[in-house]
Amino acid sequence: MTPLNRRQMAWRAAQDIRDGMVVNLGMGMPVHVADYVPDGVDLFIHSENGVVGAGPLAAAERADPDLVDASSRRITLRPGAAIVDSSWSFAMIRGGHIDVTILGAFEVAKNGDLANWDMRLPNKGPLVGGAMDLAACARAVWVIMEHNTRSGGPRLLDACNLPLTAVKCVRRIYTDVAVIEVTPAGFVVREVIDGLDQAQLQKRSGAPLTFANDCRPLIAPELADAE
Amino acid sequence: MPIDKRVNSAAEALNDVSDGATVLISGFGGAGFPNVLIRALREHGAKDLTLVVNSATHRFSLTHELLDAGLVRKVICSAARGHQKEPTAFEKLWVAGKIELTCLPQGTMTECIRAGGAGIAAFYTPVGFGTELTKGKEVRRFGERDYVLEQAISGDLALIRADTADRYGNLTFRYAQANFGPVMATAAKLAIAEVRAVEDDPIDHKRVQLPGIYIDRILAVGDVR
Repeated sequence: MTPLNRRQMAWRAAQDIRDGMVVNLGMGMPVHVADYVPDGVDLFIHSENGVVGAGPLAAAERADPDLVDASSRRITLRPGAAIVDSSWSFAMIRGGHIDVTILGAFEVAKNGDLANWDMRLPNKGPLVGGAMDLAACARAVWVIMEHNTRSGGPRLLDACNLPLTAVKCVRRIYTDVAVIEVTPAGFVVREVIDGLDQAQLQKRSGAPLTFANDCRPLIAPELADAE
Repeated sequence: MPIDKRVNSAAEALNDVSDGATVLISGFGGAGFPNVLIRALREHGAKDLTLVVNSATHRFSLTHELLDAGLVRKVICSAARGHQKEPTAFEKLWVAGKIELTCLPQGTMTECIRAGGAGIAAFYTPVGFGTELTKGKEVRRFGERDYVLEQAISGDLALIRADTADRYGNLTFRYAQANFGPVMATAAKLAIAEVRAVEDDPIDHKRVQLPGIYIDRILAVGDVR
């Protein structure tokens, strides 16, 4: 049993992106999703700072300090791109024009509640950015996160302990060991890595899991982990 | 008299800023920070400022100079946390209880500012419902969804960065430089733009990204950032 590394988790999420989607990628692991979109799938990558149609990172000699994404990374534009101001960018988000946002998370509850913005670190200020806007208003919210905390605690929970980002918003979760749908009946496991049985996965989760009848092995190609 | 909004120096642009002013400052993701004007505001020395800014401190912005100089009473922002382990200028003041903070979701903040410049007193948004950032705010159900009442934000001064201007105050922006600038300019009594260059001829209307009526003063600063 080998859990997926972070690039493999991003790869797995990328396989579910459909042609023509408008996708917003959160900071951290989700930005790597752009590297693994299947061949032949065309999409718009939206960034909160107003870039609609973000492309790969710019080569150093072509990097432009004004052409950046919401994470301050110097990027390129894809064909068909446009750039708007922040007000318009968030009107796109609230107005339901983003098909899916893929976000990192600390905790997800069985009703889809998301906690991903405030770990209550001592002496650090709050940072919400666009997380609440995206979580509340994108047409679908997918989460990429490790199945468990560093100390082994569950991140899939009956109810979140950390401050909420938005209520009842998460539709799908990609962890290092499973792919899970959030349904009206709670967490439904769609894929799980070989060598981890249902009882073991349940033991690593803080809320009841049901397993889809067609639950499949979670498989990803070999990819070097992200720094 | 022909309209001409150009000024010759940052000090001239800011000469009538008062203590207690609410100052809207653009910039996000590394682009659009009016750093020449921010530094000039620190040199001007107006105190008890309220800053409305996306990040309380950002590695490409000079807002930390205003904070370090003790000129800021309150910050309204969506990001008050530094990315380094070392506390930022803001975090030091905040932990010591020496500065007020209002944290808003980024899209709510920009819509509050848009409302402030568009004659809207308040609006209902689904963003933040059920979270601690909207605790105490009025909630109303429309259809199947709960919405939170958010009030408009306006200010005394907006400092923004653009690429080019003409003497009428019309602006163009490069790439992602616009971000909060256009709405901030609409929501302040006095809006000042620092730009890379002022064009001699009026900017063609098809290229104007922010009409000059929103801009009071223009300062050409060249390529400095």
